[in-house]
Amino acid sequence: MIGAGGGATGLGAILVEVLQGLLALLLAPGIVGLVRFIKARLQGRRGAPPWQPYRELAKLFGKEMVVSRNASWIFGVAPYVVFASTLAVALLVPMLAAPLPIDRAGDLIVVVYLLLLGTFAIGLAGLDPGSAFGGMGSSRALTIAALAEPTIALAVFALAVPAGSTNLGRIVARAIEDPGGALSPGHLMALAALFIVMLAEAGRLPVDNPATHLELTMIHEAMILEYSGRSLALLEWAAFLKFFVFLSLLANLGLPWGVALNPGASAVLVAAAILIVKVALLAAAVAVLETRLAKLRLFRVPELLSVSFLLALLAITSSFLVE
Amino acid sequence: MRPFYCHNAPRSSLVMAKLFAKIWRTGIVTEPLSIEAGRTLDLARRIEDRTRRLLGRALAIRQVDAGSCNGCEIEIAALPNPIYDCERFGIHFVASPRHADLLLVTGPVTRNMEVPLRKTWEATPDPKLVVSIGDCAHDCGVFRGGYGVSGPVASVIPVDAHVPGCPPEPADILAGILKALDRLPEPGSRADSRTGSTASRR
Repeated sequence: MIGAGGGATGLGAILVEVLQGLLALLLAPGIVGLVRFIKARLQGRRGAPPWQPYRELAKLFGKEMVVSRNASWIFGVAPYVVFASTLAVALLVPMLAAPLPIDRAGDLIVVVYLLLLGTFAIGLAGLDPGSAFGGMGSSRALTIAALAEPTIALAVFALAVPAGSTNLGRIVARAIEDPGGALSPGHLMALAALFIVMLAEAGRLPVDNPATHLELTMIHEAMILEYSGRSLALLEWAAFLKFFVFLSLLANLGLPWGVALNPGASAVLVAAAILIVKVALLAAAVAVLETRLAKLRLFRVPELLSVSFLLALLAITSSFLVE
Repeated sequence: MRPFYCHNAPRSSLVMAKLFAKIWRTGIVTEPLSIEAGRTLDLARRIEDRTRRLLGRALAIRQVDAGSCNGCEIEIAALPNPIYDCERFGIHFVASPRHADLLLVTGPVTRNMEVPLRKTWEATPDPKLVVSIGDCAHDCGVFRGGYGVSGPVASVIPVDAHVPGCPPEPADILAGILKALDRLPEPGSRADSRTGSTASRR
């Protein structure tokens, strides 16, 4: 029954999946580098080139690992869990073509819980070596995750209602077929909610500052303070990948045009080019936003996330009413 | 309900427009490589080249204050600013010695900082470098002989390069980092014999 879900069938669909995974893995560091580059320019600096994160990853893979004597096996396993779960999410989110056979391996709910699995693993890893900052980072990250994950689910549910399916590929395919729906209030509010949650989940300003060196303001950085070498490279890469996945999810749910409905070679290549443009534009928007925003105090973050939850709730209510 | 980003800014759109207009007017203030009659030019160019060749143009620095008066810290804090912008050479500061490639040590090593400095060095994964900054780090400066002073940095951990000055200018510190990179051994050539007492190595 492969391919019964849509135009994609057999070998072509598998090739599209492989291409999508490779594209996400290879482009993710570049997108983060682009954000850093634009931010540097807006701060009046020359800044590192956008491909700087690739050099950092290459360097980290070439360095030795120093592991705390207090660390258990959890510390060693966590980077692989985080990396694998993020990569699985990258395969499940529709990027190039929709719907694909792999969509039945997991829908929206699986995506939300795979993300949470990664957060959980990195939270444990932060606690494991027993350093003070790691535990602080873990408690903060899990607090934010607990507030952010329901919003992701609700926001995408709001988009799922018109499509009549929690399958992300089906949602995107439906949005292409019915362009008017993309301007409905439910759709727009769901996207706004997703954008705020993306900032929180990907550790961007105003929730977390990816460039901070102050342990007291760190969230994601604090959890990975004890990592070095290959493990650190995997965790960094997974964080880049998570940011990329959120941007492409946002891009493809908001502006689904360009996603191929049939996985022909030319259609997929065009879809890849359009995806890169869309994600780069979103990354530029994040960079401009981060130039304007200061980091929120930790106790103000729940307010921001409540706003996004409320938006998602309104979005899903409006979706039901419009139905 | 006002948006989260403008609680104290009633006309936030105007403020935002002004901010970006100012960014546009100011432009990029990073000083070009050719300022100060060639000296900075040489140093900056050479750093860019060698950093790329030896550490893939990605160098993470952990700064360790081993008992400094904070004069050197003020100069080091100028490195990532828009004028000197060490990030254009792929150099950035990190919060953990585990993330670092280079330790930037300042000040005479006080008795209280002797063990933490050694532990920091042990926590840094190989290949790693140590650059000591300022006269105090070399010969304890005016603090020499003080009852709280343990000795110069080189008496506690191996130093790859030293930047003299009290305090050295940010451009001089970049030169010191270059010197350190010059002495970076090829991967695998440095014996992995310096195992840490607080950490196991894989």
